[in-house]
Amino acid sequence: MPRTVRDVVFVDGVRTPFGKAGPKGIYHETRADDLVVKAIRELLRRNPGLDPKRIDEVAIAATTQIGDQGLTLGRTAGILAGLPQSVPGYSIDRMCAGALTAVTSTAGSIAFGAYDAVIAGGVEHMGRHPMGEGVDPNPRFVSEKLVDESALFMGMTAENLHDRYPSITKQRADEYAVRSQEKAAKAYANGKIQQDLVPVSVRRTSPEAGETGWGLVTADEPMRPGTTLENLAGLKTPFRVHGRVTAGNAAGLNDGATASIIASEDFAREHELPVKMRLVSYAFAGVEPEVMGYGPIPATEKALAKAGLSISDIGLFEINEAFAVQVLAFLEHYGIADDDARVNQYGGAIAFGHPLASSGVRLMTQLARQFEEQPQVRYGLTTMCVGFGMGATVVWENPHFEGDK
Amino acid sequence: MSTTAELLKGAAELFPDEVVTSAHVRHFDLPFGAGRFALVTLDNGLDHTKPTTFGPASLANLNAAIDQVEKEAAEGTIVGVGITGKPFIFAVGADLKGVELLKRHEDALAIGKGGHEVFKRLAALAVPTFAYYNGAAMGGGVEVGLHCTYRTVSAAIPAFSLPEVFLGLVPGWGGCALLPNLIGAEKAVSVIIENSLNQNRQLKGAQVYELGIADAIFEGADFLEQSLLWTAAVLKGEIVVERPAVDRGEAWDQAVAKGRFVADSKVHGAAPAAYRALDIIAAAKNGDLQQGFDAEDQALADLIMGGELRSGIYAFNLVQKRGKRPAGAPDKNLARPVTKVGVVGAGLMASQLALLFLRRLEVPVVLTDIDQARVDKGVGYVHAEIDKLLGKGRINQDKANRLKALVTGVLDKAEGFADADFVIEAVFEEIGVKQQVFAEVEAVAPAHAIFATNTSSLSVSEMASKLKHPERVVGFHFFNPVAVLPLLEIVRGEQTDDASLATAFAVAKKLKKTAVLVKDAPAFVVNRILTRFMGEIQNVIDEGTPVEVAERAVEPLGLPMSPLVLLELVGPAIGLHVSETLNRAFPERFTVSPNLKAVVEAGKRGFYVYDSGKPELDPEVAALLKQGDVVLTEEQVRARVLDAVAQEIGLMLDEGVVAEAQDIDLCLITGAGWPFHLGGITPYLDREGVSERVNGKRFLAPGVASVPA
Repeated sequence: MPRTVRDVVFVDGVRTPFGKAGPKGIYHETRADDLVVKAIRELLRRNPGLDPKRIDEVAIAATTQIGDQGLTLGRTAGILAGLPQSVPGYSIDRMCAGALTAVTSTAGSIAFGAYDAVIAGGVEHMGRHPMGEGVDPNPRFVSEKLVDESALFMGMTAENLHDRYPSITKQRADEYAVRSQEKAAKAYANGKIQQDLVPVSVRRTSPEAGETGWGLVTADEPMRPGTTLENLAGLKTPFRVHGRVTAGNAAGLNDGATASIIASEDFAREHELPVKMRLVSYAFAGVEPEVMGYGPIPATEKALAKAGLSISDIGLFEINEAFAVQVLAFLEHYGIADDDARVNQYGGAIAFGHPLASSGVRLMTQLARQFEEQPQVRYGLTTMCVGFGMGATVVWENPHFEGDK
Repeated sequence: MSTTAELLKGAAELFPDEVVTSAHVRHFDLPFGAGRFALVTLDNGLDHTKPTTFGPASLANLNAAIDQVEKEAAEGTIVGVGITGKPFIFAVGADLKGVELLKRHEDALAIGKGGHEVFKRLAALAVPTFAYYNGAAMGGGVEVGLHCTYRTVSAAIPAFSLPEVFLGLVPGWGGCALLPNLIGAEKAVSVIIENSLNQNRQLKGAQVYELGIADAIFEGADFLEQSLLWTAAVLKGEIVVERPAVDRGEAWDQAVAKGRFVADSKVHGAAPAAYRALDIIAAAKNGDLQQGFDAEDQALADLIMGGELRSGIYAFNLVQKRGKRPAGAPDKNLARPVTKVGVVGAGLMASQLALLFLRRLEVPVVLTDIDQARVDKGVGYVHAEIDKLLGKGRINQDKANRLKALVTGVLDKAEGFADADFVIEAVFEEIGVKQQVFAEVEAVAPAHAIFATNTSSLSVSEMASKLKHPERVVGFHFFNPVAVLPLLEIVRGEQTDDASLATAFAVAKKLKKTAVLVKDAPAFVVNRILTRFMGEIQNVIDEGTPVEVAERAVEPLGLPMSPLVLLELVGPAIGLHVSETLNRAFPERFTVSPNLKAVVEAGKRGFYVYDSGKPELDPEVAALLKQGDVVLTEEQVRARVLDAVAQEIGLMLDEGVVAEAQDIDLCLITGAGWPFHLGGITPYLDREGVSERVNGKRFLAPGVASVPA
């Protein structure tokens, strides 16, 4: 039977505000699955044209799939969100690129014709599920030296990346981090971020963390507007003595969830759903696990090659800021300036936070807003590094593109 | 300290064991730049199985929270105040334990005033107030929200009510005055009076919204978020709440009149609470809230100091607590598993029992009878009832298939009962027949099987006496209609062992019945008391008192129906049979009415005809009656009947038929529908002085179901 690959579009994306993991964090007493549920419901409210019965899949990513992030979250969150029982769901794990993979996996199925519309997103409650919870690495990794021992510690891999790019100094990383905070604060001031946040009610019973009772979270908790180079200079380098990676030039440990609607373009047009981005290509690549932050470089090369594009065709970049050095390595590789205006216009994970498996859709949601504002841009990309030595890149086309007017 | 705080402090000293509810105040910015908001969370610090209540210290906490937000509102640092509850619970009202402790009218008055003084402050704040009914809300919980400017409700709320009248109170923290002014008298009467008097019927979230109590409804999954977004829109003027105007004309009076009609039909004037509530609702027509609040305070204090409320709380606790932990039941770990049930007999009673066991235990149930036609009819009845449940949507097709497959009927007991763990008989009420049936069952059933009898008047011990293992026999006496009345009298025969009894209680619990342990005494509890009660009514009729005088004599008790209507419901023939049984056991106290015998022999099924719409004595029955010439007044009849009941209960307690008077009351409430305001019956007999007069002592210590000394 002959098949036609269908165009796939990003219809809409939302997220919860991100919180700081730990006993004083805003989500300390909030379940991870509830965060996903609130994001899904907000998406449905914002897109009444999407009949919930027509959703063909709910793909939700989480890195640590146990407890409130287990039990096949895509399915359980769908039921909890009030989707019809006929809508199936599943869980996805590619660590930090979980939500991104939820989008690409379902997008591939949409292109193939298996689905018309899906919900794809991710969650990570790093307070309830600290990194490494319950892991049991095979001893052969070490005994046979399959990977370096530092591969499991993301901060150490970031130090290793500094080693690979000696020109990327701590000073450059800190400067990058300060800019990320500044851009994020400006984006907030201009209302760019809030429009895609779903408010979340949060309960607090322990007075150590502040006022008790029910509250409402409407903004990201990790942001540190007004951060200066001086503030950052004095921070400890916990991953290496005299190292370069600090809590200030890396994303923190965070809680949060994202969700998006991905659909075939025909379906979106037929149901008068917004078409915010059109999928061009995607790719994943593996690198040495001990320099996992290098991953976006080969992943992007692959994705661009598949699209027949070059880096110069890309007008907007949303790069996950797991570590400043990982962004800078990417920019250095492609000969892009550290402060290039096309890169992370609203700031990034260093400011907003990085609840691992949820972040991919945050990048997309922000890129979609930038596309709307910048019709002169035709292509953008979202890219991130992934634990155990991987990179993930998605290339998007701006449906608002007005040509080379 | 404010006078309110002093008032509450005094009240708190009377109630040192209060489970105290905190009123947490938390501030945050509302979305859309609507401003800074203060949200009060009511939380007693325990999980949802221990709902949040208001005692005096809890009210003081809320008062202190309001002190804080009042100041902030006056200073202009907040734009609104919300109030909500812990997960699944908003608040379920006053703490009844505290009410029970009150001894003085002025202390009772302080509770009413204390609640009003605190709640009223919400309406008087300089900013709008919002109640978010996130979970179960009852009584004072509902009322605290009624004082707010706006209300939202979760569609997931399972229970919302003003249950005060059900217990013997009035909604006295603003409910009677505010609710009719919010939603009109007709709807307020349905919530405050009708629902309370209909077994304390609860509203669900959608009904709370449809009634107009809440201004908006949101689904449970993100109820608080959506409520706060709605709040922001209201505060910014983007949403304007419009409520239909309340009809203050004739409709108001009609609603109150209808309420009185409902109250009369349920309590026949015997309990004051509904009428006090209706008086306040009637007066609320003029919209003067303070006048209404004052009237609520008075009504609350009067009712708290009255026997009906104390009896109501006592009855409520019997049903909720003693009914769930039966006195005298053996260690539940002795209970044996019941994986298959046998039913001997396939008549109507047996079929009803089969259906009940099937639905609650979901294990194979096998019916037997003497011929295939009866067996088929019994199984057919169960199948038809399952289809009815399916038709009403109470069960789905899969469940119907499962249940139907579990019920079978066989002629051969050996085939049916060889692997049954529990066999119940519902055959003809004749000791020889029952002994024969159990002997046959014992020949084929496993050694561990429990044998239960649904006899209403025969001796369980005698029934067991011919068996090889009499220790396995228990009485399992249900009340008609089996699906409706909760009571199950569990009868311990002389030889019944603990394992069998424990199994019987475990089965009763799974059947969701209120089990009461009863000694193997003639007619057990409910039938013995009802028969003595009815017998005395019949005696005075036989002696010459007109039927209608005898009937009217017990109206002030507020029983669910008159004695002769009850006898109609039971069936005169069955009534006669039980009275003959008891007459044999206790000839000095139980008579067999010749008039009743004549009515039964004439084949009459009742005493009344309803041709005119009202019950009138059937002329054919009237023609059968042979009366003497002693005509008593209503008061004299009532005294004779109550004396007889008090005497009988006294004797039953002396005989050890049940452990305590509390069990008698629990039986009468759950097996005969005797009302809460009587506390079953012994609190009423105590407070009317009947117990003292007849037995020389009270049934219950002062302070139990009465105002403490």
